[in-house]
Amino acid sequence: MKRSERAALWFVLPSVFLVGLFSIYPILESARLSFYRMILMLPWLGDKYVGLENYRDLATDPVALDSLAVTLVFVGASAALEVLVGLGMALLLNESFRCRGLARAAVLVPWAIPTVVSSQMWRYIFNDRYGLFNFLLFGRATERYLAPLADARLAPAAIIFADVWKTSSFAALIILAGLQTIPDELYEAADVDGATAWQKFRRVTLPLVKPALLLALLFRTIDSFKVFDLVFVMTQGGPADATNVLQFYGYKKIFAEGMIGYGSAIAVGVFCFSLVLSFLYIRLIGASVLEKGAAR
Amino acid sequence: MRPLLRFLAIAAVVVYSLLPFLWFVLASWKSPAQLTAIPPEIVPAFHWGFYRSAVTTYGLLAYIRNSAIVAGATTAVSIAIGALAAYALTRFRSTWLRFYLVVLLCVSMFPQIAVAGPVWRILDALGWLNSYPGIVIAYISFSLPLAIWILATFFKELPYEIEEAALIDGCTRPQALKRIVLPLAAPGIFTAAILVFIYAWNEFFFALIILTSPALQTLPVGIALFPGEYTMPWGELAAASTIATLPLIALTLFFQRRIVRGLSAGAVKG
Repeated sequence: MKRSERAALWFVLPSVFLVGLFSIYPILESARLSFYRMILMLPWLGDKYVGLENYRDLATDPVALDSLAVTLVFVGASAALEVLVGLGMALLLNESFRCRGLARAAVLVPWAIPTVVSSQMWRYIFNDRYGLFNFLLFGRATERYLAPLADARLAPAAIIFADVWKTSSFAALIILAGLQTIPDELYEAADVDGATAWQKFRRVTLPLVKPALLLALLFRTIDSFKVFDLVFVMTQGGPADATNVLQFYGYKKIFAEGMIGYGSAIAVGVFCFSLVLSFLYIRLIGASVLEKGAAR
Repeated sequence: MRPLLRFLAIAAVVVYSLLPFLWFVLASWKSPAQLTAIPPEIVPAFHWGFYRSAVTTYGLLAYIRNSAIVAGATTAVSIAIGALAAYALTRFRSTWLRFYLVVLLCVSMFPQIAVAGPVWRILDALGWLNSYPGIVIAYISFSLPLAIWILATFFKELPYEIEEAALIDGCTRPQALKRIVLPLAAPGIFTAAILVFIYAWNEFFFALIILTSPALQTLPVGIALFPGEYTMPWGELAAASTIATLPLIALTLFFQRRIVRGLSAGAVKG
């Protein structure tokens, strides 16, 4: 090891220790536990090595497969909508107008609200007897009021909506950063050529903002894969497992039912999915990150 | 875009962003009868009873205290440890350091469930479940990748010449960090601190599994587990939610530019 590397070691050591102990080791330990049958409520069974049995069970567990489907629908719909809404917001916030700073701050508010708070807020708004949602749809016709969070078809949509509301502004920020790199000269040239607003958007903005869109999409995909708070507060995975996303299912198995081995197999499955997404993310921005991350 | 159309579109976006939460804040000031009224009554009676009972019946102050201690301690320690790492990552050249940067990037994307069980077992073995040190050390570890990435972005932009001159004059690396880099990077450090604080203040998953004793629970856990299965105490819940969110909205309004910069440092570049 070179001298400068040894010096650097002392600076990074505390963080390496903590990240190693609380992130890297736990992943490996989860992987190890997934090969055991361990049930907290039945300690006398002991920790029995069962090889791939947990994974075999997982592949045939209808609840787990359903949970995977629910998660994929949630991730696909919310990430796509967030990027669309975020693009709209970014286009507006990129215009110059008075009080733009205030408008940007206002759009950031949902992002700053704790997810648990926004989840309770949506529960109140979606209430089946006096929620604002029902009043806006049906007015005083209370007999037609819906219970979105207790309806297996509406609950996933309600959760997707709550997620889109909360995190679109994050996508908007990434897209806005992309929009700001487009040189004004291109629009001026388009004006000279007599391009319409739509043509400018279609031929100039969209192609140039595409990398930022992709980044926002990937980032939101990775993040929405981790959805937990919304489901915990709004539906507890119900009704009839309609919103039982993987992270919630894993939590239930490990912490509510004490099925450590089986729950760890779910955890490893979720981890593998997100690892693939992370690699895509690093591939996408990796080159520039490594360039910029390098020392002088 | 035509000015009127643009104004309407911007107004729509602002209303969409603010209205749902404003509705919840209004609920905290309504009278019990107004809460469930159909048609809904928009103007509240400015009844402060829900805030009082949130404090007296539901122990709101204890949750606020726990959240402030946990988020404050997490922020202070993460920034201290993160600044050391970010300094090395931007000032030394090594393949290992670059690899570490990529590892940090991956780690920040792990779903919580992938580590939750073993983290719980480590803290259990240390006897740190249901304690401030237990939750704080877990939070520090999880917020470090974010802190290091943001700090590294800011450190990189500092002119290296001043530091180089100091090093040549016999200043040691830790001295250079303390006397030159930290003062110059103060705005960046502040930005990273705001974002780590918001992360720690809002975090729910680990607080839920580590803090099972109500006396130690943070605001998100208190709000998520608000008692009341069949008739929710919406007024008190809205009051507690308003209080939990107020500091964050204040931070966002005051430091919007910094937050945007920090987030794009943490997200776009890493």
